Amino acid sequence: MNNKKNRKFTFNTQIVLLLIVTALWVFLSISSSYFLTYENIANIMRQMAIQGILAVGEVVVIITAGIDLSVGSVVALVNIIMSKMVVSGTPIWISILSVLALSTGIGLVNGVVIYDMRVPAFIATLGMMTIARGATLLISNGSNVFGLPRSLATFASGSFLGIPNLFWFLLLTVVAIEFMLRNTTFGKYIYALGSNPEAARLSGVNLRLVTYGVYALAGFLWGLGGVLETSRLWMGVPTTGTGYELDAIAAAVLGGASLFGAEGNAIGAFFGALVMITIYNGAVLLNINPFWQRILVGIIVIVTVAIDQIRKRRET
Amino acid sequence: MDKYAVQLVNISKSFPGVQALKDVTFTLKEGEVKALVGENGAGKSTLIKILTGAYVPDKGEIYVFGKKVERMTPIISENLGISAVYQNLVLAPHLTVAENIVLGSEPRKMRIFVNKSKMLEKARKVLAEVGYENIIDPNEKLGNLPVAQQGIVAIARALSRKAKVVIFDEPTAVLAKRETEELFRIIKDLKERGVSVIYISHRLEEIFEICDTVYVSKDGKFVGEMPVSETDEDKLISMMVGRKLRKEIYAKRNIGNVVLEVENIKNKKLKGCSFFMREGEIVGLYGLVGSGRTELARAIFGADPIEEGKIQMEGKPVHVKSPSHAIKASLALVPEDRRRHGLALKLSVRDNINLPIYKHISRLSVINHFMERSIANDFVKKLRIKTPSISTIVMHLSGGNQQKVVIAKWLASKSKIFIMDEPTNGIDVGAKEEIYHLMNELASEGAAILFISSYMPELMGICDRILVMRDGKIVGDVPREEMTEEKLLTLAIKEKNGEVSVNE
Ligand SMILES: Nc1ncnc2c1ncn2[C@@H]1O[C@H](COP(=O)(O)OP(=O)(O)OP(=O)(O)O)[C@@H](O)[C@H]1O
Ligand SMILES: [Mg+2]
Repeated sequence: MNNKKNRKFTFNTQIVLLLIVTALWVFLSISSSYFLTYENIANIMRQMAIQGILAVGEVVVIITAGIDLSVGSVVALVNIIMSKMVVSGTPIWISILSVLALSTGIGLVNGVVIYDMRVPAFIATLGMMTIARGATLLISNGSNVFGLPRSLATFASGSFLGIPNLFWFLLLTVVAIEFMLRNTTFGKYIYALGSNPEAARLSGVNLRLVTYGVYALAGFLWGLGGVLETSRLWMGVPTTGTGYELDAIAAAVLGGASLFGAEGNAIGAFFGALVMITIYNGAVLLNINPFWQRILVGIIVIVTVAIDQIRKRRET
Repeated sequence: MDKYAVQLVNISKSFPGVQALKDVTFTLKEGEVKALVGENGAGKSTLIKILTGAYVPDKGEIYVFGKKVERMTPIISENLGISAVYQNLVLAPHLTVAENIVLGSEPRKMRIFVNKSKMLEKARKVLAEVGYENIIDPNEKLGNLPVAQQGIVAIARALSRKAKVVIFDEPTAVLAKRETEELFRIIKDLKERGVSVIYISHRLEEIFEICDTVYVSKDGKFVGEMPVSETDEDKLISMMVGRKLRKEIYAKRNIGNVVLEVENIKNKKLKGCSFFMREGEIVGLYGLVGSGRTELARAIFGADPIEEGKIQMEGKPVHVKSPSHAIKASLALVPEDRRRHGLALKLSVRDNINLPIYKHISRLSVINHFMERSIANDFVKKLRIKTPSISTIVMHLSGGNQQKVVIAKWLASKSKIFIMDEPTNGIDVGAKEEIYHLMNELASEGAAILFISSYMPELMGICDRILVMRDGKIVGDVPREEMTEEKLLTLAIKEKNGEVSVNE
């Protein structure tokens, strides 16, 4: 373990992840001739868009050493409310703005509960997860909402410059959040909060505003995910989004985020989501029992994080 | 007679970007008290951690009491009778004092349950050994204690192991004179019982007081070893630093108007503190551990609430509600406990230095990376922070270099009033000189500095006056002409309260 050697073999999480993705893609293109077709790749992009956006939101929360479990339920709530609004004749733009405001507000409430009431993020957002799901079921009476305009569905299946519309949203989100994390004061404060809140406070960081900001931003992204979900499903489904929080956390962690805070970034979360979607997509193509997909994803999450931990221990 | 307790032979260890140790051989005889000295980042703590099994060396052999240890681990090392007080107290803040002391060797009931009463008894006994039985409550959560007392707990823990080799990595960095004397008594005791001791410190006079031999390292290499009787401070310094130091650090400065006036402030720990500071002044604050110096600093900075009293800055009353208010009012606080309050350990040197000033080096909250980097590089150079690069994670720096980052961070803030709580904690002699120089420079430019320290020589060396605190009150304000160690100490430990109050 001398110096030069060490530097040459410093894998960071992203490189490990990139290797996994490449291996998966090579393997899948050999095993299925359909895999590398434009159609399938566009399909992967469409599937990935929403999950990717949620993973990016989750990573921001995780960097502060927090967590947000309300993801899936807020997506469902947004999906149902937006569907109801549109069906009852509210213009689409107004519906979208209102649900985004709603989800951002929900995030803000999470922030208030976590910062001002000192409820641990896990519990606070677990509560919010249950509340939002309950509200969704209440509003929808447990049944799907039909009758959305065709334009919504067309938008979800459409593309711009050959890239599916939905995927553009993911790209924009990744670029914007990565820019924010790297280049803005807010971004620096997020990492500082995650590494040592007391030191951050004594350095003049307003922890309250940062906490509010982070959870509100996360809420906004859940809302965006919910809007895209509505367009993709072309109806309101009260049970949608179940388990999304776990996918989002898994993708964030795969992408190098540490639940202890101060580590992770948006690009990592993007690749994390890509790995997971590739597995889901590949499993379908190879006709693997869908139940196996979950097992596979679980194994990959554990193995990647374990490799990462071993690498870190080596360095000390 | 001369048997070796420890032999570390040809040890090398590297970290990404740094060779921390290069072919170092270190031996310790039975019953010997050996000092290990060297600049910040010389590899002292790394060597110790190799001996205790916390790090695995890349190369080299370890012998303990003549037996070769193939692969040292913390458990093997403890079983071999090696016990260490690490530089950054690796204790569990959520556990109680007693639990920390017995951790890993808890007295048992029916083999699986911890015997609570035995544990408390054992904790009381070791605390008594170090002279703190009625001062530190064994049932208190460790995290609630001030750093100095946590240091005492770490020492008590190491002693409770009945170890044959005890290692102290800068134990006095956070201790005041009385605690230090207590520690020296303990070390002399250990030596008499035939225990071997490795003692790391940047306060060289301590080494002449308690050590038999001194071992000097520089840049991860061995440079010399000799009995303390055959050397003196100047020789050691030139071996360590490679140059002579200026003896005189006091600089005459122009003292201006009062910039900070604190009137009778009170809270849980403070029983009414009043003092003032003027432009261009360096004011010392001395007191024993627990006298409330840190609490006073934190209260002024808005980190802890003030229940009563007034603070005026430049003649205007200010209400400092939070550290961010304080920073806006041009105050800076270099906190005592760097790991808990000073640093975001997982962030880079660059991010830590710039954290308080990101607001000023950004536009529409987009950071100017050029300024960010040049400020960081500037201070890395000025304070000679030993780091592979400015994007190195602070956690990976040596203790003294971490401390330099905390100082750099507040120097960069361009504040007018600085409160520095033990700023030279863990910093080597050469770098200390650098820091005194920077303090003088700041004061000459009109800043006022409140310099809190447990180390009298440095206070007397640089301050215009020294305030003395005892039991949450300021009990003395000693001008430069009247400073003597005795005077400061009597003020600090006077048994009855309030009698010598020189305060208006
Ligand atoms: N875990 C680590 N990862 C990377 N580098 C490290 C690590 N620990 C120590 N180093 C590097 O090894 C060198 C020696 O560090 P060490 O802590 O042994 O110094 P030291 O002599 O104890 O200094 P100080 O007087 O400041 O405590 C330093 O340059 C430091 O940056
Ligand atoms: Mg050290």
